[in-house]
Amino acid sequence: MRLLEIRALTVDFSGRTPVRAVDGVDLTVDARESVAIVGESGSGKSQLLHACTGLLSANGRALGSVRFAGDELLGDGDRAAAVRGRGIGFVFQDASGSLTPHRRIGDQLAEIAAAAHGLARGAALVESRRMLERVHLPDAPRRLAQYPHELSGGMRQRVAIALALVARPRLLFADEPTTALDVTVQAEILALLAELCRDLGMALLLVTHDLGVVAALADRIAVMYAGRIVETSSAADFFGGPKHSYSAGLLAAVPTLAGPP
Amino acid sequence: MSSLAFVTRRLLGAIPTLAIIITLSFLLTRLAPGGPFDEEQALPPEIRANLEAAYGLDQPMAVQFGRYVMGLLHGDFGPSFKFRDFTVSELIASGLPVSLTIGIAALLLAIALGVPAGVWAALARGRWPDRLLMSFAVAGISVPVFVVAPFLALAFGIWLRWLPVAGWAPGRSSDLVLPVVTLALPVIAYLARLTRGSLLEVLRAPWVRAARARGLPGRTVLLRHALPAALLPVVSYLGPATAAVLAGSLVVETIFGLPGMGRHLVQGALNRDYTLVMGMVIVYAALMIVLNLLADLVYAWLDPRIRRGGRS
Amino acid sequence: MSSGLWGDAFRQLRGDRAAMTGLVVLSWLVIAAAAGPLLVDYREDQIDWANMAVPPFTAEGHWLGTDRLGRDLLVRTLHGLRVSLVIALAATLVSLVIGVAWGAVAGYLRGRTDALMMRFVDVLYALPQVFFVIILTVVFGRGPLTLLIAIGAFGWLTMARIVRGQALALREREFVEAAVVGGAGTLRIVLRHIVPNLLGPVIVYATLTVPQVILIESFLSFLGIGIQEPLASLGNLIADGAAEMETAPWMLAVPAGCLVLLVFCFNFLGDGLRDALDPRDRR
Repeated sequence: MRLLEIRALTVDFSGRTPVRAVDGVDLTVDARESVAIVGESGSGKSQLLHACTGLLSANGRALGSVRFAGDELLGDGDRAAAVRGRGIGFVFQDASGSLTPHRRIGDQLAEIAAAAHGLARGAALVESRRMLERVHLPDAPRRLAQYPHELSGGMRQRVAIALALVARPRLLFADEPTTALDVTVQAEILALLAELCRDLGMALLLVTHDLGVVAALADRIAVMYAGRIVETSSAADFFGGPKHSYSAGLLAAVPTLAGPP
Repeated sequence: MSSLAFVTRRLLGAIPTLAIIITLSFLLTRLAPGGPFDEEQALPPEIRANLEAAYGLDQPMAVQFGRYVMGLLHGDFGPSFKFRDFTVSELIASGLPVSLTIGIAALLLAIALGVPAGVWAALARGRWPDRLLMSFAVAGISVPVFVVAPFLALAFGIWLRWLPVAGWAPGRSSDLVLPVVTLALPVIAYLARLTRGSLLEVLRAPWVRAARARGLPGRTVLLRHALPAALLPVVSYLGPATAAVLAGSLVVETIFGLPGMGRHLVQGALNRDYTLVMGMVIVYAALMIVLNLLADLVYAWLDPRIRRGGRS
Repeated sequence: MSSGLWGDAFRQLRGDRAAMTGLVVLSWLVIAAAAGPLLVDYREDQIDWANMAVPPFTAEGHWLGTDRLGRDLLVRTLHGLRVSLVIALAATLVSLVIGVAWGAVAGYLRGRTDALMMRFVDVLYALPQVFFVIILTVVFGRGPLTLLIAIGAFGWLTMARIVRGQALALREREFVEAAVVGGAGTLRIVLRHIVPNLLGPVIVYATLTVPQVILIESFLSFLGIGIQEPLASLGNLIADGAAEMETAPWMLAVPAGCLVLLVFCFNFLGDGLRDALDPRDRR
């Protein structure tokens, strides 16, 4: 049984101009597998992730089938809510935006630990500190008492990853996890993600427009364009020679050191 | 900067404002054409001269101002020109408790009703609770206090005979119900609209969606993540809300016959009683400054970014 | 740029039912205030001894009844409407002129002049408006002119802030830089380039200011410190009505209803204009 099975997923947004963000997508993710969805902004990548976990905005509608560990998530709000955090973790693009500004880091972590594992406050804080150390955040005990604005961008993204993992999900969604970061920090975060997935036995569904990120993390690649998956292949096959013209265009657009194009 | 430094800075900043208000009030009243005794029936010139000397009105402006400020520092607002038996301080002292009581009660009532109403409307967005509450809110904002007060007095006091409409018997709290409710209504309306808008905006924030995505139950997300942030604009509004309540108290005290500062101020204005009006305005201004300061402090306490200072 | 923006705005405003209703009712009110009294048989200070304090629709010619002194309520309300409207419009005009001038100059000149000018605005902003208007009526006597000056003296502050913000932004735009380079003088630039582009926010704010002024003036007239008897203002009519409300509730209901209607119309219209002209402000 596959861990995540998406069949014929369609996402529509109503409004002054109705938009179909996702147009009949099929995708699977196996346990411990890393899959990357590549596409430009506007291709519907983020909406796909949101739809799977029931996080669409009020004017969005998702149709089709999304099965996690065999259970259907679409249309079942309670099951989707139960899966969030515990089954599927989520790392968002802008870490500064994804941390609640007026709550301490320790409280934000402990809250999730308590809810997910039924821990008392003291135990939850211990677990939180352990999680911060897992993401290699220096001086973890001090960080617990701090607020998000007191940390740098890279540190905030580590905290965001910790928040996504503290409930021990089996699958991690990562939406452009390094885009908002400095180049030097990006590499560190990517390495961290790879290490964590390996050590915790997690699957990864990664969404990005950055082929460098893909190369670092993905086993399999799905190329998305205008709401549709236009190509899927293993990483090796993709970088070796893509079949679809759009994918070829993506690869060609990557600047190389080998002289002018 | 530390909390203490922050508070001190705010306090010091309030003093120039108060100073300006005192100076301006003084200048305006002294610059008036004619004097406070012009309206008396023809006073013989010597008596008028004596009166003016007694009240110190024959001194140069600067001296008068100096004496006034010295008096203020001792809590002496000068004599009332029209109520000859009372000093302004006495009138203020007698009226202040009444006005403070209804003012604070109105503000508390407004927060207790307005904020939850706004939250409910936001959560029920588009459905009937939202439409109903927001219709009331628009009405509450548009209908002025001096229209609502007579109608409420008419409905509850005269037709239904549930509540008394005039006077103040100390200790009889039912006297206060109508005045406080009337005073609170526009603020309730505004707070409901403000809270609703603020909460709707916060619910769209990325970190609220992130909190939900991490598996937190909806109630936790609302109460601990969304609501505290949504309340910040409400705290900011407390300053203007106080100004509105103080202005409204003038009408409410007049209509319901409450012996508060507002009624004295209106009487003073009608009588052209300079010292009374000046003194009252200074007290009202001081009240507003104090409450604005409190609101600022609460805001700073609630927003950790101001409290602890940050990096980016 | 201009015609497209105005065309779109106009179209959107037309679609806003609340705003259009407000506009239509407002037009009726203005026409009624201006011409209404001519259609009523009685003058506003005319006493009808035979018909004192009669309810609406009972006495001949007194469509909305009379007050305690036998004066026709309809004509007095229309006069009150007239007074309130005139004062509100005049005070708003004064605020507008001062505010736009102040804000445009401050925003355009920037630097220390700007800082100084806006500091002045900040200081005045901190003063409690209602109370200072009361002081001014005590000092300079009660009546329409004092009210106009007193209210106008505070009304320009927010306008100045808005205009200055816009002027600061506009100053950076290319056509202004071109004018500067072309050697145009400060006054010319401010008048011909900056002011026309401020029209949108200024219109919105002016429309939203008028009801506030109406409310302040009525508030003061209600207390007796604004418009004086026998001159009628919606405020003092409401005060009279409140005193008689047990026995003659129409004396309260008619002017009160008129005032509320007036304020609603301006607010709806102003909200509609804001949605149409300032898309960033949409809720």
